[in-house]
Formats: sequence, C-alpha cells, structure tokens
Amino acid sequence: MTDTATEQSRGDLLTIEGLGHVYEGRNRFEAIGRLDFTVPEGSFVSIVGPSGCGKTTMLRCLSGLMRPTRGTVRLHGDEVHGVPRDLAIVFQDYSRSLFPWRTVGGNVAFVLPRRSMSPEERRARIEESLDAVGLAGSADKYPWQLSGGMQQRVAIARALAYRPRIMLMDEPFASVDAQTRAELEDLMLSVRDRFDMTILFVTHDIDESVYLADRVLVLSKSPSTIVASIDVDLPRPRDQVATREDEDFVRLRSEIARMIRDQSTKRAPAAVPPAA
Amino acid sequence: MTAVAARPPRVRTPGPRTRGGGSSRLRDFAVRWGALLVLGLLWEVAARFFASPFFPPVSRILERFAELWFTSDPASFFLTERVVTDLLPSLGRLLGGWSIAVVAGVLLGVALGRSRTLAGYVEPIIHFARAIPPPALIPIFFILLGIGDEMKISLIAFAVVWAVLLNTIDGVRSVETLHLDTGRVFDFSRAKVFFGIVLPSASPKIFAGMRVSLSVALIIMVISEMAASSQGIGFNIIIAQRTYRLLDMWAGILLLGILGYVLNALLAAVENRVTRWHRGAREGVS
Repeated sequence: MTDTATEQSRGDLLTIEGLGHVYEGRNRFEAIGRLDFTVPEGSFVSIVGPSGCGKTTMLRCLSGLMRPTRGTVRLHGDEVHGVPRDLAIVFQDYSRSLFPWRTVGGNVAFVLPRRSMSPEERRARIEESLDAVGLAGSADKYPWQLSGGMQQRVAIARALAYRPRIMLMDEPFASVDAQTRAELEDLMLSVRDRFDMTILFVTHDIDESVYLADRVLVLSKSPSTIVASIDVDLPRPRDQVATREDEDFVRLRSEIARMIRDQSTKRAPAAVPPAA
Repeated sequence: MTAVAARPPRVRTPGPRTRGGGSSRLRDFAVRWGALLVLGLLWEVAARFFASPFFPPVSRILERFAELWFTSDPASFFLTERVVTDLLPSLGRLLGGWSIAVVAGVLLGVALGRSRTLAGYVEPIIHFARAIPPPALIPIFFILLGIGDEMKISLIAFAVVWAVLLNTIDGVRSVETLHLDTGRVFDFSRAKVFFGIVLPSASPKIFAGMRVSLSVALIIMVISEMAASSQGIGFNIIIAQRTYRLLDMWAGILLLGILGYVLNALLAAVENRVTRWHRGAREGVS
C-alpha cells in the first residue's frame, strides 16, 4: 500500500493487511472482519480459533484461491492475485486432494515441471520428498492403499517436492487418530528444519498450535479478527512428552483455551451472525 | 498401514467383470458356462422332438456356423471368404460409427460439462434427439446419404452418441472441487487440468457410456443392414430368412451373439485396466 508498509514487511514472507471477506447473496455472511498479521520468513505460525471462525475462508484468501472483499495479501512484497508459485497448500481432506488414479510417486511427480527438469532430477526430487515424510519405498502404491496418516504424508511430500517458500496447512491432521497425529506433528517440525520452510498452520487443536509454533494467532468467531498474537518461546527441539509437561506450555495452552472459551461464550446464541 | 485388506463379500455380477482368484473364479466360470450348456442341450432335445423346420437343433446350427465361417485352409487363417465379404464390413461399420460417437461425445460432453450456460441451451435438444428411436431415422439418412457405408456409420454414430455424451457431461460435473483447487495451487496448465484431472475423473462414467453405446451400436448396425444393404451380417440374416435358409439365419444370429459378447468383454477388459483406481479408491482402506 504505502512505502512504510513495504518497509515494515522486510523479513516478513507473508504480509496481510486489512483482510476482510463477505459472502454476498441472500444469506449475506461476513466471514472475516479484519485481519492484519505477518508471517516472518522461516517461522512456524499457528492460527487457532473457535469452530466457525472463518479459517477456511481465510486460507483461501491468503493463498489466492479466492479474492478477498477487502485488504491485501503480499508474498515477498508482491501482492497475491491467484496462487503464487512460492506457495503450496496441504488440505485437510487428503483423500479428495490426492489423485486416486496416480500412484504415490505419480502424485508427487505431477507437480514437477516437465520441461525444466531432467528425468534424473525429477526422480531425485520425488525420492527426496518421499524420504522426508518416511514413505521411501511406497512410490508404486496407490494413495487409497494407504492409511489416512500415510495419505496425508503423501500430500505433504507433494507440497515439498514443489519447493514452495511457504506452506499453508488447513487443519491437516484433523482426521487422523491421536497417535498418528503426534507422529505427523513431529514430522512437520523435522521437515521444516530440513527444508527451511515457512509454515502457516491452521488448527482447531490448542495443544497442537502451541506445540508446533513460534507464534500462535488466536482468532475470534466470524467475522473473525485476531484476538491475540502469542509468541511461543518453548525450547527446541520439541518433544511430545517433555514439551507438553513444560510449565510454560501448560500456561500458554490454558491462556489460549481461556481466550477461545470467552470467544465462544460471548456470542453463543448467534452461531451465524445475521447481517447488520 | 494395511494394504488391500479383506474384500467385502463378493457379489456375483453378470458379464465378465467379476474378479477374484483361484477356485471361486473357476466356480463362477463353471456356473456361467454350465448354464449355457444346459440351455443348449434343452434346445437340442426339444428341437429334435418337435422337428420344427424353424427351430433346427443346435448341433446343426453349429455345424452350419463352422461351415460358413471356418475352413481348413491355413493360407486364409482358417477363415472363409465370407468373413471378408460379410463379417468385416459389418464390424467396420459398427466400430466406425461407435468410434466417431465416442470421440464426438467425449469432446462435446467435456465442453458442456464445464459450461453450465452452454449446457442450458443444448441439453433440451439432446434430450429430444436421443428420445427419437434411431431406426425411425433410416429413411432420412437414406435420402441424405444413400444406402452405402456413410449412411450406416452416420446412423450408428447418431444413435449411440447420446449415452457417451450424457455420461461425459455427468462425469465432468462430478470432478472434485478440491482436485481442481489442487491443480490451481500447483500451477497446472489448462491442458494438464484437462488430461490430468478432468478426463481421469470422468473416465469411469465415460466408460459406462461407452459400454451402453457399444451394445446399441450392434443393434443399429444389424437394423441398418437389414433395411438397406447388399452385404453384412444383418443382410445375410434377413436374406436367409426370406429364402428359407433357416440354418444360415440361425448361424448369423449366433455370430451376432458371439460378436456382442466378445466386443463387450474386450471393452470391459480395457475399462478394468484404465479405471482400476476407481474401484480401489471406492473400496478403499483407511
């Protein structure tokens, strides 16, 4: 927008300014009120909020899949119109995001450019990506032959192979069991270190948001705004047992839980706020 | 992680699409062909008992069938001249008309499936056109295109294009939105979206349309040959009947049955290969 805005966004990979979205039509619905935040390069930012806080709308606007009604999204200072090359998304619904007619390796290969990469480079990239998610040797299977957690690993490998600067993750582990979830969380932390990836992670799970992130953004109900931005200074590498029993972890998760509860009770009867 | 766990209880499906291994496959085979054998024997006995000239025994039909289509001459691949003069033209018309219908149906179907507005204009026309029984159009095709192969191929194509077209429209519309979003996220070109996402997603429905079309194509091929032709299987059957060569007529009917069965089996085998993922994903393990 202004020179000062670009000035401030140095070191920030993703900059969101005054983002708002209203679904027009007969049931006019303001999903996002106003969002302003930044995602610094190399950081892991979690977004957590009560159910129905417009997270999916927000992610679609951030990624350029949808045009927001108001505000701007900048990636590296360039305004986002359409999905930028440096961005990849891992969706919640892996079974509808992976292509069932392609093998695991074929799904990963599908996002690689055919022209600018030699077959050897492609093969190496596929191998590396599958190896990073612990699926080396599963390249010839079909996604539907794998468990849910494994399928989501394929989706993560596919996003990694694309070599984005930032990965948006939309409640990626919401539909896997608790144990698999813990494994996948640790997988994301190792992947982030290995590929020096910037990650914006949307979740319902407060513990997960704290466990993973450097910073947690707490959203309000729709029309969503940011209630709090909380820096997480827990030591790394994080550990599923030790980190979760750390006093600071417990304090942070309680603080966030309280905020979200307040959000949910504040306007409890109006699950879908009517148009003003 | 479990790869392909226990399958749900197998339901026996008609046609050659049943899968399964070992003994159950063998049993399926025995049951299906055994029933056919019993039917043949019943026919044989009944025909010999009643001795009607119109229903000769199966053994004599088979004998005549072999005479008409097979020789002992290896130089012509053990096939008679009639294969070239009658079977091949029929097969050519059938496959020609059907192929044209498949290509046209898929192309048009994709266009209509992706554009609601266009479909809104065209769909009433499609539903009207497909409601017309194709044999009723023989006189018109006859006037426009004469009695040659063009007429028959066009008539077959016209008659069978609808099943492919409507199935393709349906298939294209049922493409997962998230698959298309995924294509956008990873910067797929239009061609990549079409060949990589839309066509594979729609392929199970397209194949269903192709299978219906193939059986209709066989019917129209025979009808068109009976109505106006000088060679072909349909022509042979009608001429044999008119000249009281009833064995020839039955041999022709038998050939048509075999032809329909074999073509359908071939298509099912191709479909099985191409859309294997679809069944797997449906039965899926997670």
